[in-house]
Amino acid sequence: MTFLFFFIFAGFALAGAAGVVVLRNPFYCVLSLVVHLISLALLFLLLEAQFVAVAQIVVYAGAVMVLYVFVVAYVGGGDKPDQLWSASPRQKALAIGFASLIFVELAIAILGTALSSLGTEGAKLSADYGTPAQIGELLLTDYLLAFELASMLLLIAAIGAVALAGRRGGIAEDEGNLSPRHGVVHTPSPAATGSMAEGVSGYGVTTPLPDPQFEGRELQQPARETAEDDR
Amino acid sequence: MTVNWYLLVSAIIFSLGAAGVMIRRNPLVILLCLELMLNAGNLALIGFSRMWGDGAGEIFAIVVMVIAACEVAIGLGIIVALYRRRLPVDVDELKELHG
Repeated sequence: MTFLFFFIFAGFALAGAAGVVVLRNPFYCVLSLVVHLISLALLFLLLEAQFVAVAQIVVYAGAVMVLYVFVVAYVGGGDKPDQLWSASPRQKALAIGFASLIFVELAIAILGTALSSLGTEGAKLSADYGTPAQIGELLLTDYLLAFELASMLLLIAAIGAVALAGRRGGIAEDEGNLSPRHGVVHTPSPAATGSMAEGVSGYGVTTPLPDPQFEGRELQQPARETAEDDR
Repeated sequence: MTVNWYLLVSAIIFSLGAAGVMIRRNPLVILLCLELMLNAGNLALIGFSRMWGDGAGEIFAIVVMVIAACEVAIGLGIIVALYRRRLPVDVDELKELHG
C-alpha cells in the first residue's frame, strides 16, 4: 500500500517539477509548483514526518506561493512569452547535458556507493518521531543556535524586502533626496551615474558620452501623494 | 519501501531544477526552479532522518524552509524593484550589477 501511494505521490511531484521547467506562462509554473509542493508534503507524510509535512503545506504551498502569485500578477509574468524559450538550441542542449550529468552523479552517489547501508526500511521509530513535541524539544535544546540564527535571518530578509520593494518608485526613487539640492528639477548630477538602467541600455558604453557642457539629466519629479489628498 | 526510492526522486527533482535554472530566462521562473532544488534537498534530508530514526534531519529541513522563505522575499523584492524601474524582467539583459 505504501508502495502504491509512494508512486502516485512521486509521480505528481515529478510532473509538477517538470511543469515548472517546461510551461511557458509563469502563472502556470507557480500553480505547477503548488502541485509539486503538496505531493512532496504527502511524501513527507509517508516518511512519518508529520510536522514538516504540515509546515510544508502551510508555509510553502500557502504563504510563499501566495506571494509568488501576487508578484506574477503584478509583474504580469507573460511579459514576452515568446522570448522565454528563445534560448539558443546550443544553450538548451548544454543545460540539459549538465543537468543529466548532475543526475548521473547523484545516482552514482546514491545507488553505487551507499546501497548496502541505505537499502533498508529505516530504523525503528520512537513513538514521538516527527511530532511537534519532538521538533520543539530539538529546536530549543540541541539546535538552539540554529533556531536563533534563523530568526535573525528572517528579520534581516524582511527588512531587506521592505527596503527593496517598499518604495513607490523602485530602487532609486530617493536619489533626489540624497543630493543637497533637493527639489530642484535640473539636478546637476553626472551624465552617467552608473545606474543599472544605463548598464542595460549600454549608455556610455556603446553610445559616446555627452559633451562636458551638459549640465545634468532631468530627473522626473516623483509623483508623491501629499497628505492633503487623503483628507 | 526503502529510502533509496526517495533519494532517487530527490535526485530527479534536483536535476530538473538545475536544468530549469540554466534554460529559463524569466527571473521569476528561475526562483521557482531554485525552490525545486531546495525541496529536493528537503526530501533527501527527511529520507535520511527517517532512515536513522532521528529528528535532526527534520530540523535541517525546517531550516532549509526558512532559507527558502528569505530567498523568496529578497528575490521577489528585487523583481518588483526591477519592474518598477521599467527594466526588462529577463536575466539575459540584466548583465550588470552596479548602480
